[in-house]
Amino acid sequence: MLFKFLFAKNEDIPPGSAAVFFGFSSILWFIIGTGLGSFNAAKLAFPDFATGVELFAFGHMRQVHVLAVILGWISMAFAMTMMYMTPSLGNTKLWSEKLGLWTAFNWNIGLSLGLILLWMGITSGREYSDLIWPIDLVVVFGVLVPLGINVWMTIAHRRTQGIYITNWFFGSCIFFVIMVFLVGQSAEMFNLTGLTEAYLTFWFAHNVLGLWITPVAAAIAYYTIPKLTGNPLYSHRIGHLHFWSIIAFYSTPAAHHLMSTPLPEWLKSFASVEGVLILIPAVAFVANILLTMKGRWSMFVENIEIKFSVTGVLLAIPLNMQGGFQQTRAINWYIHGTGWIVAHAHLALLGMSTALEIAAVYFGLQQMLRRKLYSLALANFHFWFFIIGFCIYWISMTIAGLIQGAGKIYEVPYIDVVIAEHPYMIARWVGGSMVFTGNMVWLYNMYMTAREGTVVPKGRYAHELAYER
Amino acid sequence: MAFRQYKLGTVGVGLMLGLSMTITLMLPSFDFRSAESTWVGLDKALSNGRLIGFSYEDPLVRGANKPITVILKEDPKTGATIDPPIRAYVYKPGTPFASPINHPDNLGPTVKSLGVERGKIDQAAKASGAVFTIEYADVNGQEWAYPVNATAVKGWSPDAALATAGDQNSRYVGRGKTVYITEGCWWCHTLLPEQTQDWQVFGAPPYLGDFNGEMPTAFGSDRKAPDILHVASRNSSREWMMMHFFNPRLVQPNSIMPRFDYLWGRVDVDGNKIDFKKWRAEYDEYRRGLRSHPPEVPEYARDTEIRALIDWVLTSLK
Repeated sequence: MLFKFLFAKNEDIPPGSAAVFFGFSSILWFIIGTGLGSFNAAKLAFPDFATGVELFAFGHMRQVHVLAVILGWISMAFAMTMMYMTPSLGNTKLWSEKLGLWTAFNWNIGLSLGLILLWMGITSGREYSDLIWPIDLVVVFGVLVPLGINVWMTIAHRRTQGIYITNWFFGSCIFFVIMVFLVGQSAEMFNLTGLTEAYLTFWFAHNVLGLWITPVAAAIAYYTIPKLTGNPLYSHRIGHLHFWSIIAFYSTPAAHHLMSTPLPEWLKSFASVEGVLILIPAVAFVANILLTMKGRWSMFVENIEIKFSVTGVLLAIPLNMQGGFQQTRAINWYIHGTGWIVAHAHLALLGMSTALEIAAVYFGLQQMLRRKLYSLALANFHFWFFIIGFCIYWISMTIAGLIQGAGKIYEVPYIDVVIAEHPYMIARWVGGSMVFTGNMVWLYNMYMTAREGTVVPKGRYAHELAYER
Repeated sequence: MAFRQYKLGTVGVGLMLGLSMTITLMLPSFDFRSAESTWVGLDKALSNGRLIGFSYEDPLVRGANKPITVILKEDPKTGATIDPPIRAYVYKPGTPFASPINHPDNLGPTVKSLGVERGKIDQAAKASGAVFTIEYADVNGQEWAYPVNATAVKGWSPDAALATAGDQNSRYVGRGKTVYITEGCWWCHTLLPEQTQDWQVFGAPPYLGDFNGEMPTAFGSDRKAPDILHVASRNSSREWMMMHFFNPRLVQPNSIMPRFDYLWGRVDVDGNKIDFKKWRAEYDEYRRGLRSHPPEVPEYARDTEIRALIDWVLTSLK
């Protein structure tokens, strides 16, 4: 239905089309990504499940799951929020809806192609940078640069004097992620080898998380919480402390992912210290948002978007406490390479980041479609399946990681660690499957919203209307 | 005034990212550049070829255009006995050279000068192919491994080296590492025993120069299975590897490793079709206690992916 606008004149495209296209694409990719995750988890719990077929082999599917959620769900949800938040914060229209639609179109095509190739085993063999470099170039020049142009031009054409903190994050983080992609993938393009390659792999992996996935998610909360509660942001200045400390401190600790490799010791120590400093932006962010909630805490119970947003902000507390300290040498020694890290990664991506994006996609789709959410009951079902499933996953993998860590430092025969982990592998599969189930309900709910949701009158917000179901 | 904060802020963001990249990318690059390659690093680079993963010479990542690793017991030119036997890396005409041959700077300053001056690696030509070996030299009282272009130094031709060696079980090391990457073995197995533990079980952690010229390094970050950097030192049985890859539960009942029976292809070593369905049915009977022993694992054909993978495991992971 949105494809007809790809060749329309920019003025004829209804505002919000790009956001809607991105929004539904992101939900679809979320379902694909979590479905693959659930399937993979089943293989770890029951190794003879779907066995002996190359295309269903764990090693062919694991990276597809990771990149489907990072580049499909999370990044597209970011693009979706940028398509409606940036113009809204600049009191203007999106610079080009047509470019936005084309970006979403290219993104879906490019990512599908890249993931199919990856699934077939056509890979670069570098974690998080698994896509082969021609696909990386598509991602940069077909997706990220057009997205950036749209956001930068919208900010430049704003009709407000200042630039709100969310737009500072959006504009900068797109620039960062373009740089991070180009530098990180240069190892493949120019055949850089050895420790340079290993370090660039994790320089990319760290910065795509530290300069894209977590800060943009935080930027989204700076929009959704004040918008939905009606409270002004507690402090724009603390918001800037968050913004500048992220760039200063969190663009540097890449080496803390490689603490047990023969990298230069000064680099590891530097990275470790900088890694602890994540607590500065983290405390600034969490305090700022929670103080903004003042007087409106009843919305944490009543309003589905606030429920997701505040959950995401609360999950940022354990996320940064873990993240700040687990990369110091003493703790890294125990938990490096164990399920603890897997749990932590899911806390960042599936917990903190995803919860904030879900809220923004719920809110944005209702605003752009001018339709009230179809069913609060289904949304609550989504929330509880999401949070219970996530907690089962997170807790079980943390325990599994601690068992693995103990097995590692006491040099227990590895097979005994595998046996001890088995119940937690089943729990992880159950948790992941719950998140997957919740997401399918979400897609149905959003589809029905687009079709049958109550029309939101001009000048009103969707969350001001009472639910009819 | 309206645009002042916008401009200052934008410049500030750029400057801070630039400073960050200077510290985290430019400064470490000086350290990386001075890393001297070890024997392990040379062996990996020369046996893997230019790079593993998607590339011009191997776009489908099937291990095409990789060098062949052989163990020579006699000189391919003179026929004289070589004792102890040495490892040689045969690049047929057209096979792209390993990264340190193309870019000797990757070897580190000392090994580079040895390789160029004594090893004549700069004289190797892709169009005519070359055979490389690794030799040792004393420089300032320290022993250094360096690459030697045996085609230029000793007159070994690729064809003669292959004919002398025959079909050895080290042949497909480069192709085997490709299988390791495409099949995603490294999502569970690591190649990085950690510096402060792991010694007793998994062996010594890698040294600084063990990676020069290797691409990708594929350390692995999520260990769900034993570290295998030195697995061939713990277990060098080809028979065991074969059973373990076909169905890991044959040799380790509690393993959660997937079965890699599909790497056997369609036929076994004698050209008979492998009946996977029958094998699985019989194995299920064995699991349920209806058979006293599991079905026999078929012997793999000599050019299969599983052969390449086992070649790599048993040759490289020592």
